[in-house]
Amino acid sequence: MRKYTPKDNVQGKSYYTDRFWVAPRVPRSKVEEKSHFESVVKALGRKAKESYVEVGQLIVHINATENFNVLKILKEKCGYTQCSEQSAVDYLAQDGEFELFYQMLNITEAKRVRVVCRIKDGEAIESVCPLFKSANFAEREMFDMFGIKVNNHPFLKRILMPDDWEGHPLLKTYPLIGDDFASWYEVDKIFGKEYRDVIGPENRDPARIDRYDTKRFSRVGYEVPLGADISDGEKEKAIEYSDTLLVDYNTSSKQLDERR
Amino acid sequence: MAQHQVNYASSAGLPIALTTVDHLVNWGRSNSLWPLTYGLACCAIEMMASGASRYDFDRMGTIFRASPRQADVMILAGTLSKKHAEFARRLYDQMTEPKWVISMGSCANTGGMFNTYATVQGVDRIIPVDIYLPGCAPRPETLQYAMMMLQKKIRKESANMNNNTKQNLRLV
Repeated sequence: MRKYTPKDNVQGKSYYTDRFWVAPRVPRSKVEEKSHFESVVKALGRKAKESYVEVGQLIVHINATENFNVLKILKEKCGYTQCSEQSAVDYLAQDGEFELFYQMLNITEAKRVRVVCRIKDGEAIESVCPLFKSANFAEREMFDMFGIKVNNHPFLKRILMPDDWEGHPLLKTYPLIGDDFASWYEVDKIFGKEYRDVIGPENRDPARIDRYDTKRFSRVGYEVPLGADISDGEKEKAIEYSDTLLVDYNTSSKQLDERR
Repeated sequence: MAQHQVNYASSAGLPIALTTVDHLVNWGRSNSLWPLTYGLACCAIEMMASGASRYDFDRMGTIFRASPRQADVMILAGTLSKKHAEFARRLYDQMTEPKWVISMGSCANTGGMFNTYATVQGVDRIIPVDIYLPGCAPRPETLQYAMMMLQKKIRKESANMNNNTKQNLRLV
């Protein structure tokens, strides 16, 4: 028989508890002894500031100045012959730093290592192009998207955005719909600035959902009068963070259900 | 054997057809619309399907050309990025008069779901558009319909393009 669930208060409870789903944090496990990863950590020696395993993948934190040497050791001594991705994460608001990562792949062992380092805003990083050809485009993209300069790069130039673009779009401070420069870019370039008045501003997403609009949208969970101004009095629901509940992806996916 | 008969009851009893210059010129223009092959994104797949044998644009006199100099219609099929806008406008400028533009799909019409910094929010910001074709992506039938609507529009226009209102919308 199907399990009985009490239904007397289903209307009172809002159906959706999370306003935004927050990904459960992945547990970190220690590097096992006599495993392949332990030999990698040993080969790096004191260059590895911190090392642990996440989802079967070794994460190594290093100093940003040692990135070239670390990748050289990984390539020549540990068999990590591919750098499949290299980019950065913007933690400027949180820590005033960028987190740079190098995603390494060992084909023969079928193992992956992520080398992570942090640099301050305005600092540059050494290029790893002499080791991995794939880093050429990856570093150009990182420069394009974050404005991180790469020393000794053979051709450090924007790769996705136009050469005369202003701003670095993947920074958290960059608005998704673009700044003033971005919104007039094509008009300025094709017709000149004097045509801004003729063409007019961009008409962006007129069907946007405004959560404080009580004329066209209804609330989930409670009702308000038509046209009422709720911009400051709306009940704010706390976002349900799941940082205390750890999920072990390695053993079973069923545990995902237990987080509520 | 084909029988060629002249109906002396029509055309004032003469073996001739009377028409206007406008009508004749537009008959020619509307039945040989050559679009520029200009696929920008996924709409291009539907545009290619329209040109291929199942939907068969050729039977409408529509033959895709790979050069803007030989094209009459520009079908902007897909998302136009801001980096590419300059080149789209240049290709439009390279087309010879008279020329028409079909904006195909949501992305070309309004920017579509790409409400971002890198997408032109509607190609009519840089190019005057004749037909806006909705859909994401529009089916080949829809593109055929758009082409037929464009033919209708051309047949209503004056043969002298300077008399048509769209000339005033041209920016440069």
